[in-house]
Amino acid sequence: MSKDMGDAAPAGSDRARALQLVHGMLRIRRFEEKCAELYGALKIRGFLHLYVGEEAIAVGLMRVLTPEDAVVATYREHGHALARGIPMTAIMAEMYGKASGCSHGRGGSMHLFDATARFYGGNAIVAGGLPLATGLALADMLQQRARVTACVFGEGAVAEGEFHESMNLAALWKLPVLFLCENNLYAMGTALERSEAQTELHQKAAGYGMPGSVVDGMDVLAVEDAARRAVTAIRSGSGPQLLEVRTYRFRAHSMFDPERYRDKAEVEAWKKKGGPLTRFIARAKHERWLDEPDIEGLERTVAEEIQAAIDFAEASEWEPVAELTRDVYTPWEPA
Amino acid sequence: MGARCRADARCVYALGTGVNDSAIQTTYREALRSALREAMRADPRVFLMGEDVGRYGGSYAVSLGLLEEFGPERIRDTPLSESAFTGAGIGAALGGMRPIVEIMTVNFSLLALDQILNNAATIRHMSGGQFSVPLVIRMATGAGRQLAAQHSHSLENWYAHIPGLRVVAPATLADARGMLPTALACPDPVVMFEHATLYNLEGALPADSGAVDIERAAIRRSGKDVTLVTYGGSLPKTLAAADALAADGIDCEVIDLRSLRPIDDATIIASVARTRRIVVVDEGWRSGSLAGEIVTRVVEQAFYDLDAAPARVCSEEVPIPYAKHLEEAALPQPAKIVAAVHAVMNRG
Repeated sequence: MSKDMGDAAPAGSDRARALQLVHGMLRIRRFEEKCAELYGALKIRGFLHLYVGEEAIAVGLMRVLTPEDAVVATYREHGHALARGIPMTAIMAEMYGKASGCSHGRGGSMHLFDATARFYGGNAIVAGGLPLATGLALADMLQQRARVTACVFGEGAVAEGEFHESMNLAALWKLPVLFLCENNLYAMGTALERSEAQTELHQKAAGYGMPGSVVDGMDVLAVEDAARRAVTAIRSGSGPQLLEVRTYRFRAHSMFDPERYRDKAEVEAWKKKGGPLTRFIARAKHERWLDEPDIEGLERTVAEEIQAAIDFAEASEWEPVAELTRDVYTPWEPA
Repeated sequence: MGARCRADARCVYALGTGVNDSAIQTTYREALRSALREAMRADPRVFLMGEDVGRYGGSYAVSLGLLEEFGPERIRDTPLSESAFTGAGIGAALGGMRPIVEIMTVNFSLLALDQILNNAATIRHMSGGQFSVPLVIRMATGAGRQLAAQHSHSLENWYAHIPGLRVVAPATLADARGMLPTALACPDPVVMFEHATLYNLEGALPADSGAVDIERAAIRRSGKDVTLVTYGGSLPKTLAAADALAADGIDCEVIDLRSLRPIDDATIIASVARTRRIVVVDEGWRSGSLAGEIVTRVVEQAFYDLDAAPARVCSEEVPIPYAKHLEEAALPQPAKIVAAVHAVMNRG
């Protein structure tokens, strides 16, 4: 959050909140657009999965977590990392594969990590993060810490055994974990109705005796409210919850995806309906929380931050090849 | 590890005698249980989690009685969800605990292989060194109990292949007793293979037996004519073969690898430099085996010390069968080891 945000409105006001929400979503949107551009310029390589259209989820969720809480995310996690407060410079440098990246160039786009932010990756095995999140929550319970672990995954993960095993284990042991399913309707190219017998995903929670709810992921205020309700209950010790957030991926699955599996008309229809940014900006203007100069100001702030991140990444050093095998093991001298 | 653990061991590891330097009669299973008990007493972050570790007492009775002492929070029965509870062990390790995950057999561990390889082994490197995973995974391995093709395999080499893991195979009472505290002190994931035929192994163990290293091989029998390298459940068979060969006038040196990753090249190479011949005994299948890895290292590092081509005694390339005579035929046996040694002695 840059300084001019705070100056613009009294803390806690509708206007202050609107500025924060637009700023948060705009940072992600413009960052992702820039990443696509940098991919074309061969600055970023490997797999690149963009979060365009889904920004409201990361922004809404992170607002209700405390710094002590933990986050486990997927390979489409730039938005979560940014919203969680990992510096954009370190994220961009990681995209470049530089030593100053948040995973020292070992992870790339799919494996952003940050110990300070308690951000446990960027997991690129679909559903692979759920058991991990369950264990982080177990550690908190065993150490009697009132923390929550937020585990974000796509709807494709619901078909994996690890989803069911983790939901059961977390519910059985009443662990403080929020299972947040970002349902963007496509597991890579496989539409939800082609992969799930029960497409009302939040209803799966009932099978584990766990509260499940669903919210419109294009409405950032609704996401924040739903996440707050769930996290508050979880923090009070009532056990895990499943929150299904309905969204849409405006971009291709990755930079290699020719999008043969969905009609252009469908994508256009979603765009016409408006993503979370368009919708919230319209609402904020209608409510007179914000006006056009506010948006223009935020655009400038975000553009400056992105340029600074690119400059940082460009100027950063490559990890020396001599360091290749560092961190396979932890330095340890058994006494 | 050293002084602290040794002192702790003296405090709690007293099965009756209470005298530090006296030997006590025990079993491999009891030695493992003592190690678990001591670790749980010494560090509140340590807990045991797995299928039937609590009320049932452990499928091989290793944790029998621990539920009564430590309660269900720390002797934690899990659903039959290998991937979730192994992954939960990884997460709990990241969250500051020192979990011990027990998987019933190596065959079942394949259901958790995603978590072990894609998370436990990679997170430290993938995060640029920000997160370590101090997790111990114990599991039974190996054949010899007529449990057929889904409970009898030796897949240690699959795990020993993976950078980021440490892999150990206690084959003696002292190692059953002493590897766990060192594995728990290690900041990285350690996979511990307990051969199912060793649990009833009986013998004497010094009452102050404590933590041991998890990196070096051990010479279990000194000899000058041929080096036999083995580990885990094949150690007793190899020692039996060495006894038989001694009657034939062949003096075998027997090396117990103990650690399958890292492999202690130095001990093996130094032995081969003395004996100039090597036979590797490994219950894994021959193709792509740990035995193949050992032989390769010897050839790479000590080619000109060899007087004969190396030999391997491995399992036959077949899913382990049920019928006793077939199972025995599928596995390394003392007679096969004896024959392989004779062949190597007659070469070159």
